[in-house]
Amino acid sequence: MLGGVWLVLIVTAVAVAGATGRVEQVTQAAMESARAAVETALNLAGVMALWLGLSRIAQESGLMQALARLLAPVTRRLFPSVPPDHPALGAVAMNLSANLLGLGNAATPMGLKAMQELQKLNRGDPEEATPAMCTFLVLNTSSVTLIPGTLIALRAAQGSRSPADIVVPTLVATAVSAAVGIAVDAMLRRRWARRGG
Amino acid sequence: MHALDAVATWAIPALLAGIPLWGYLRGVAVYEAFLAGAEEGLRVTVQILPYMLGILVALGVFRASGALDLVAQVALPLTGRLGFPPEVLPLMLIRPLSGSGSLAAVADLLRAHGPDSFVGRLASVMQGSTDTTFYVLSVYFGSVGVKKPRYALWSGLCGDAAGFVAALWACRWFYGGPP
Repeated sequence: MLGGVWLVLIVTAVAVAGATGRVEQVTQAAMESARAAVETALNLAGVMALWLGLSRIAQESGLMQALARLLAPVTRRLFPSVPPDHPALGAVAMNLSANLLGLGNAATPMGLKAMQELQKLNRGDPEEATPAMCTFLVLNTSSVTLIPGTLIALRAAQGSRSPADIVVPTLVATAVSAAVGIAVDAMLRRRWARRGG
Repeated sequence: MHALDAVATWAIPALLAGIPLWGYLRGVAVYEAFLAGAEEGLRVTVQILPYMLGILVALGVFRASGALDLVAQVALPLTGRLGFPPEVLPLMLIRPLSGSGSLAAVADLLRAHGPDSFVGRLASVMQGSTDTTFYVLSVYFGSVGVKKPRYALWSGLCGDAAGFVAALWACRWFYGGPP
């Protein structure tokens, strides 16, 4: 399905470019985006290596398991299909904590680690997401945030009188977004199971 | 607010020193463990690069072609009825697609309307309350070779839409309605 979305985006873009006469801009955007993708990945590589290095230490010293136990009341309900002592729950707990603190860069490597652990539990088609993976993804795309650090910095840079006064409304909005995402996830999971998918 | 700021400033340095120290006290060969994890990190980055390139190129050409503006024109009547100021519509469309693109859109709105205007605050809250759904989906699933995301895209987008409506509602509640 992702392949379908991708194809529609690209074909629509080129067709619209033809109709609006923005062919040059599309060529430029394609080259520019390809370069930016490699740049983003290279930037990520360093942070990724640093955090997965630290998280390996956390894993071998039992820190991750302790964090997982602390968040177990939440994660057990959200991920009933994952065994309670599985490393996936530790990685999920680390990712959620990093997201809560607004540490976007630290959250991504933990999230990817959690995905790999969840994939080890995938007993069906390895190319198809498991229900636990879908739930984890929704938690991440709705990104429950306590401190929207980047935005506070951006607002301060633009001369805001109270750059941090968006914290409480953001907390409300992020909580609603996560709650609705999880509710829809639970609903679709049941419907999908009935269809035998 | 001061306590939260301190937490945000100290979180990473504290983890940076605290985790290895804790590991050392627990008898872990910390440097060897770190290197093994770092190597894994580099391998994962190489693995996700093709997915990142695919999604960023598709979104880049979609925006540059003017197709995004066309979608915005179609969506305007609906979002207007919900009470969204028309200025934030492009942001709502870019937000699930591109994190840096939507951050640029927020910066643009803050510059044009002022960071303490209703539009400026609403844009900040909308940007802060959700994440880049398409990007997270393709990179996270791509890193483990999942090609069929099932319903994850739909639940993610529903969460985004709910976040936008909640952002509008919360901003009206906290700052009073738009002038």
